[in-house]
Amino acid sequence: MDFVIILQAGVASGTVLLFATLGEVLAERSGVLNLGVEGMMLIGAMSAFSVTIATGNPWIGVLVAMIVAGLLSQIHAFIAITLQADQVVSGLALTLVGTGISLVLGEGLSKAGTVSLMPNFSIPLLSQIPVLGPIFFRNQSVLVYIGYLMVPLAWYYINHTRPGLHLRAVGEYPAAADALGINVFRMRYIYVFVGGMLAGLGGATISLAVAPGWFSELTTGGQGWIAVGLVIFAQWDPFRAAIGSYAFGALRRLILDIQAPLLLFGMDNPFYYNPYWGFFLQMLPYAFTVIVLVIGSREAIRKRLGAPAALGNPYIRGERGK
Amino acid sequence: MAESTLTKKRVAWRIKLEPRLDEPPAWYPIAVSVGAVVVALILGGIVIATAGGNPFLSYVYIARASFGSIGVLSDTIVKATPIILTALACSIAFRMKLWNIGAEGQFIMGAWGASAIVLAPVLPAETSRWLFIPVMALAGLGMGAVWGFIPGYLKAKFNVNEIISSLMLNYIAVSWVNYWIFGVWSEGGFQMSPKFPEGASLPRLSDYASSVPALQGLTTHGGLLFGIVAAIILWFIVYRSRWGYEIRLIGDNPQAAKYAGINIIRNTILVMALSGALAGLGGMSEVAGVVRRLQTSPIAAGYGFTGIIVAWLAKLNPLVIILVSILFGALILAGREIQPSGIPKMIQGIILVCLIASDFLLRYRVRLVHGEEE
Repeated sequence: MDFVIILQAGVASGTVLLFATLGEVLAERSGVLNLGVEGMMLIGAMSAFSVTIATGNPWIGVLVAMIVAGLLSQIHAFIAITLQADQVVSGLALTLVGTGISLVLGEGLSKAGTVSLMPNFSIPLLSQIPVLGPIFFRNQSVLVYIGYLMVPLAWYYINHTRPGLHLRAVGEYPAAADALGINVFRMRYIYVFVGGMLAGLGGATISLAVAPGWFSELTTGGQGWIAVGLVIFAQWDPFRAAIGSYAFGALRRLILDIQAPLLLFGMDNPFYYNPYWGFFLQMLPYAFTVIVLVIGSREAIRKRLGAPAALGNPYIRGERGK
Repeated sequence: MAESTLTKKRVAWRIKLEPRLDEPPAWYPIAVSVGAVVVALILGGIVIATAGGNPFLSYVYIARASFGSIGVLSDTIVKATPIILTALACSIAFRMKLWNIGAEGQFIMGAWGASAIVLAPVLPAETSRWLFIPVMALAGLGMGAVWGFIPGYLKAKFNVNEIISSLMLNYIAVSWVNYWIFGVWSEGGFQMSPKFPEGASLPRLSDYASSVPALQGLTTHGGLLFGIVAAIILWFIVYRSRWGYEIRLIGDNPQAAKYAGINIIRNTILVMALSGALAGLGGMSEVAGVVRRLQTSPIAAGYGFTGIIVAWLAKLNPLVIILVSILFGALILAGREIQPSGIPKMIQGIILVCLIASDFLLRYRVRLVHGEEE
């Protein structure tokens, strides 16, 4: 087992989670909890793959995936923002709808063969850095590099720009933001849309880069839900989101790779000789998500940090205290 | 004067929303829900047509393949049985605004627990049905309760979001069962356990065909009784008991519940465990009544997720859940043979979306008004 190769693949795999988590961070910062990430990722993965087959151009596939997932997210936006319904149930419904539509429209795609993928390349100087160079900058997909850029950009946007300030105001105290002339409803629609686009980008990253193809529901395998969990661990901060995403990506790769070699640390590899133990390895990402949630929630209580104050509450003009 | 009437005429009609202050008549919520389902079927039809199918044929097929004869009606009820129990599980948790979406995993663990009684084996194969079935039911209830207890405990003690933790436990449950059926209990290398002995299976109607010939070939099994009895008990708990009152109060107004001295932490854990137990009983009924062996694909078929929608459509009322489950059983039964295979799942999702959207009509009165009226 070569840990550099595992970590390199782990960063690529973590990019999927990174996009979805960042998107959810933005939506939740505006006060809208969107549990439809899994559905939006699936529809993104499906449309990216099918459009790329049809056009032969993966860039168009990625673009369409983002738009389709963004449009899907607007169902949730309409129900949660305009109709003021319960955001938990609405998000859940969005996952079911997204999954269902992806399965119907993706019928037969799993036998569609191979497509042209997003290009991979190395960054000239940075890839020469010992250890870190090969992990982060050698032969990675262009989407991985976009992910690197997006983390500081999102952080700067949220914390140090005027629209970012508005975003936080809308999520923390929408009535005050409204009084200042910020259009709370429009802001929330926009950030739910952005969240949807990023979830779609995450889905496209699976089907066009990390694990190319369409494998119905197994394409995402619950990664959308892990992303929702990571947002809590990340405490709505892009850098912490990146740490969590890459760690989970590395874990996913480790689970795949640990079962292959005959020897593990000089001993007989128990996962090779007892293949059924692999099922316990498969539980790990989900178990770790729960553990990470426990850590994140305890830390939030201790530091008195928390979710955006208005998260999950519809804004109703003229109603007090929201 | 003439000018002002002209401008008045130009004022457009617009939609005005007024919060409802009075209770709407009893028929109104039902009409809204039925309307939402009709809209959902139309929207689903549009997607089916987009994918190249014929929506009318699909729906007619669903109706005929699920209610067309006594035999298929019996099969519909078989599909409805696990949904009744998972929907009951969701309804009690949702009542307290605990979003248990782990009914799927609790269902699977219940199935595993019941199977362990047969396969471990805890009871020998020749045990009488009168002992086997109650012990298996207890094991199913128990394993489901454990799987519901975990997110409940984490929520109560560490404020861990129960939505995500209960959902993560679904995936863990599938891997857990896979470990047993691929490895320990595998029958000849296949991904399933050996068939259960006769004593470890719930009786079917067709088992009595020798005395009542009309029951020939009917697959409805004893699990239906579990569902109906559980629904009646749950109805009494929710609407007629002190505990049910506490649960409803916590759900509607946690602050008031706290001031009234209700123990929210204990109730969170108890309700999640009860929710899990009901789903686990559903899993037991499915292995003992239908599959009669432990096998992942027919067990982990999404009954937990369908339960969420059914609970919502039934407005969390345990007795209404029985009726709605039969409709969804029909959808799932007929859906097995419909192409593309994702259609039933998609229609379920669209129904839930329309239902939530329609709740708006219960809270607001929508009126067309002339712009000048204000």
